[in-house]
Amino acid sequence: MRQGVYLASGLIFGLGLAISQMVDPLKVKSFLALGTPDWNPALMFVLGSAAPTYYLAFLYLNRRQKSFDGKPFPHPTPRPIDKKLVAGSVLFGIGWGIAGVCPGPALFHLAYLDEQFFLFIVMMVLGFELQRKLI
Amino acid sequence: MPFGSEILGGILVGLGMAITLLYESQISGASGYAAASLRPSPTGRAELYFVAGLVLAGLIWRFAGGHLSDADESHLGLPAWILAGLLVGFGARLGGGCTSGHGVCGLGRLSHRSLAAVLIFMAFAFLTAAVMRIYL
Repeated sequence: MRQGVYLASGLIFGLGLAISQMVDPLKVKSFLALGTPDWNPALMFVLGSAAPTYYLAFLYLNRRQKSFDGKPFPHPTPRPIDKKLVAGSVLFGIGWGIAGVCPGPALFHLAYLDEQFFLFIVMMVLGFELQRKLI
Repeated sequence: MPFGSEILGGILVGLGMAITLLYESQISGASGYAAASLRPSPTGRAELYFVAGLVLAGLIWRFAGGHLSDADESHLGLPAWILAGLLVGFGARLGGGCTSGHGVCGLGRLSHRSLAAVLIFMAFAFLTAAVMRIYL
C-alpha cells in the first residue's frame, strides 16, 4: 500500500510537471530571463497553483489531526533561517540558473535517456553524497 | 484560458506532493525523496517508488508524444551540465529542499524558512541566467 501511494505521488507530480511544461529547461529558462522581451511568467502560475493546492491538503490534515495512516499532524516547528539554509539556497539557485533544471524535472528525464540529463543526475547524486559526508 | 496548462499542471504538482502528506504526514520534495531512495530504509524504500512514479510519468509523456524540447536545444556544454547538477544536488540538501520541497510543500505550509529559501534561490537563478546571457 505504502509503495503504491508513493508511486501515485510521483506519477501525478510528474504528469503535473509535464503538463505545466516545467520539465522543459527552455521554458524554465524563459522564466529566468527576467527583464528581457523573452520573459515568460509561466513558472509563477505553476507555483501559484501548486502551493495553494498543497495548502488545502495541509488545512484538511490539520482538521483531522491524523494522517490516513494514523501519523500525527506535522506541526511546524519554528526553526531559524540559518547559514545552511542560505548557503544551500544560493548554490541551488546558481545550479538551477545554469541549466534551468531542478531535481524533479531531472528525474522525469530519465525516461528520455539524454546524455546531458544523465550527467546532470549523476552529478546531482554526487552532490547529495558530498553534502552528507562533508557537512 | 491564459496559462491554463500551467495552472492545471500546478494543481497536479500540488496534489502529487499532498498525497504522501495526507497518507502519512510525509513532507518532502523531489530532492528529499531522491536522496532518501539511495539509502537503505527500514520501511521498504518507499521513496524509490516516488522516483519510479516520476520516471513512469516521463515514459507516459514520451510515448504519448507530449511536447518537450530536446536537451541539445539548451546549447549548453557538458561541463555546464556537470556543474549545474553538482550545485543543484549539493545545494538542495544543504538548504533542506528544492523547488518542490521549499516551493510547493514549504510555501504550502506557510513556512518562513521555505519562503526565505525560495526568494534566495530565485534571486540567484535570475542572476546566474543574466550573467550567462551577457558573458556566454
